[in-house]
This record gives sequence, C-alpha cells and structure tokens, in this order.
Amino acid sequence: MKKNQTVKFRNKPRIVGSYSIVGPKEGKGNFAPYFNYVMKDDSFGEDSYEKAEKKMFEHAIVGAIENAHLQPDDVNLLLAGDLLNQIISSSYAARNFNYAYLGLFGACSTMAESLAVGASLIDGGLFDTIVCATGSHFSTAERQFRFPLELGNQRPPTSQWTVTGAGSCVLSNNGYGPRITMATFGRVIDWGINDVNDMGAAMAPAAMDTMLAHFRDTKTTPDDYDLIVTGDLGKLGSEILIDLMEDNGVKLGLNYNDCGQMYYTRNQNMLSGGSGCGCSATVLNSYIIDKLRKGELKRVLFMPTGALMSTTATQQGESIPGICHAVVIECDEENVDKYYKKVSTSTAYKTTKGNRKKGE
Amino acid sequence: MDEKKRNEAYNRYVKAKIPKTKAWPSLFNSFLVGGIICCIGQGVNDLIMLWFPSMAEQTAWAYTLIVLIFIASFLTGIGVYDKIGKFAGGGSIVPITGFSNSITSPALEFKHEGIIYGIFVKMFTIAGPVIVTGVVASFVVGLIYLFI
Repeated sequence: MKKNQTVKFRNKPRIVGSYSIVGPKEGKGNFAPYFNYVMKDDSFGEDSYEKAEKKMFEHAIVGAIENAHLQPDDVNLLLAGDLLNQIISSSYAARNFNYAYLGLFGACSTMAESLAVGASLIDGGLFDTIVCATGSHFSTAERQFRFPLELGNQRPPTSQWTVTGAGSCVLSNNGYGPRITMATFGRVIDWGINDVNDMGAAMAPAAMDTMLAHFRDTKTTPDDYDLIVTGDLGKLGSEILIDLMEDNGVKLGLNYNDCGQMYYTRNQNMLSGGSGCGCSATVLNSYIIDKLRKGELKRVLFMPTGALMSTTATQQGESIPGICHAVVIECDEENVDKYYKKVSTSTAYKTTKGNRKKGE
Repeated sequence: MDEKKRNEAYNRYVKAKIPKTKAWPSLFNSFLVGGIICCIGQGVNDLIMLWFPSMAEQTAWAYTLIVLIFIASFLTGIGVYDKIGKFAGGGSIVPITGFSNSITSPALEFKHEGIIYGIFVKMFTIAGPVIVTGVVASFVVGLIYLFI
C-alpha cells in the first residue's frame, strides 16, 4: 500500500486576490486578454533583466493584495520562489515587504508548491492571509541555463521558451473566491532523461506519478474535473503524459491540457511551447482564476511540473529529476467576479514604492 | 521491474517520439547563408585589392577578416545576428562571423556584472573551448607532421 500524498482541507482556504504580469511576447499569446498587465519592453525600465524580474515580483505581490481589497499590512506571510540561483528574484523582492517570508524552490512547479503550503498553513489556523508569488524571465533563465541571448544558434524542436511573467495570489479564510480543496504533494521522479533541451520528457513521469497518486488518494477520475492542466510539459511532454497515463489505465480526455502548450500562438513559432515558473503562474492567475470566478469552470486540477536540474549537475552527467505538485481549486459560488478590484499597474507601482521599508 | 530497464525503455520511447529536424531545408538554409557570407568576404577582399593595389595579398586577407568580424559584431550588437543564426544554423556559425558573434554575445550579456568580472571573464565562455580545441589539434597535427 502506497502512502497517502494528498491533503484534504477542512476549512478550504480561498484565493481572494490574484494578479498577473507578463512580457510583450506573452502579451501577444493566447492568454493575452486575461493578463492584468503586459509590459511594453521586457527590461521593465531597469538596467538588468534580473532587476526587471524582481520588479515584476513586486508588482505581482502588490497587485494581488490590491485585487483582494486588502491593505498591505493585512498579509502575514509571503511564499515565493523562482528559477534563478538562490531564488534571488523572490528574496530580493521580499525585502521590500514587511512580511514573514518563506522562499520555495520547486523549479517550474513552484506555483502549486506555494499554493499547497500556503493552503495547509491557513487550514491549520496558523496564518490568516498568505501571498503566494512566482515568476520567471526569459532573459535571466536563458543566461543561467543556456546561452547568451544574441548568440546565433538554433533551438531543437523539443526546446521550450521560458515565459517572461510573474503571477501572484492571496490566500485567506475570509472573503470571496475559489477555494483550494485538496493538494497532492509530489515525489521526485527521475526516469533517466539527460537532454536539457527536452524538459517535457524529463518531467512527464513526475506528472504521471502525482496524477496517479491524486486519483488514487481522492478516488476521483479525470471526468470529475472541468479542467486538468499541467504547467509546462509542452507539446511533446503532454503527449508523453497522455501515453503514460493510458499505460496506467487512465484516459485523459479533452479536459486535459498544458499551459506551456497553450501559451503561444502558432504564428509565434515557439517550438514545444512555454516553460518556466511564470508559465503556470500567469495562466493560473489570469485565465484559470478568471474562469473560476465567472463560474465557467467549477473544478480545476492544477498541476505544474518542475525539472529540478542545475547546469552543474547535468554537465557532470546526472539525469534530470522532475517533480509535480497538484492542487484542486473549486468554485461553488456563481459569478464572484464583482467582488474584486480591477487593478491597473500605475496604482500597483505607486503602492510598491510607498510600501518600501523605512530607511531604504 | 528494475529501474534501469524502465529508464532505457522510456529513453527509447522518447527518442522515437521526438520530432525530427528536417535535414534538407536546414542544409539548404545553411549553405545559402554560409555561401552569401563567403561571397561578401570575397567581395570585400576584391575591393581592398582594387583600392590598395600595392598591398600584399596576405595583408589584404587580414583586413578582410577584420571587416567581416566587425560586421558580425555590429550585427550582434543591434540584435540581428541571432535572427540570421536562427534561420541559417551552421551556415552562420562556421564562418569567422560566427566566431565573432560567439565572443560579442557573452560580452554584451554579462556587461551588467562589470567590466572585469562580467565582460572580461565571460567573453570567451563559448569561443574559449573552440580556441583550446584548435590549439591542441594543431599541436597534434604538427607533431604527426614532424615524424612523416
């Protein structure tokens, strides 16, 4: 008998606010109408891309708090993570806020990890209001994991494009909004894929493992969900996942899709699709939460995957371990959309500035 | 089932599933762009020879290389060379312009880390291995040449 990996929440914490900010390329993608803010250029007025990523984080955090009609002081805890070494974007953004902070690293699965941890803490009555934020930037990820931007090389057809964007949401026991009802914490799974240009294949077994564990623990089937969405398996990875699930006797139907695969339009020619923390984070905090609030989706299984690799380990011949966490988000009320404040960036930016700690 | 067998089977399955790059169109693009770069090089050389008839042929070639390296660096700086590279692949990597691009692009990328620790240190991250391989290979070839 395998051990239970799933937590069922008794108090069912709510997602009371959300905010997404993306780069110009993402702003032309399939989810364009749902984003709160599209940056005009991906350096965001900063002199380096790392600083731009940090600024995106600040915007996302402030925007989500505002969207929830909360004051910055109402928040107890910030859970955040990103892809860079020592998760600098989230930690450096966190120094501008007066909140307790937990830095998380689950590679591209960080959004679900933060939601699962946040929901557990709220459900246990330990905190009232928690902000979860993740994001990634194409240019910073590219320089850390791959080649300089201006190098004239070709990408293989399996490679994915790191999404420039950050998403954030506010969890609380009070207020209105979709509820987090269950979370399945994933195991680290490694089926021996070495190719760093083929993350989808490296992460698909982890997605399969978590998905099977989730269906087993909760006694649900894919048909119980309006939407089952993985994070950034990409075109190839999601095809592999469908095959793997079929081998295990679970048929994924039309309600299954992948954020990375859906992210860019065909004309943008992004090979296997989008990837990165920002991929699942921005889709969740724009499209999915929007649809949940409007009642168009009732029950979503959100399960972003992460490749827990580093360039050092892969160069030493290690294969790529993958992880996947799943979160079930449900909305039982009709049309809760009206309870939220529409957030434009200008106000969000001002609050960020105003919220800086004294003496900085 | 033991893990090794499962991993091997999975790797085989993934390998079969990966979409293949189309060889002929890629080769055509490569040779087209590579050929154009070579023609530009020849053109520049001919012009130098025409304008400075007294110059030695060796010197003219050196100036040609300098011009090509400058053009590639400049195109990298204004963000054009990576687009050519995306289209041409090997066609724009193999000529000396590709070498120029591989030095200019990290220099640009790491300029925020400062002149010494950024530009100077990172400049040869991509070109460095090429230079080392070139030097070692020529040493080996020279050694063989010595004995035959």
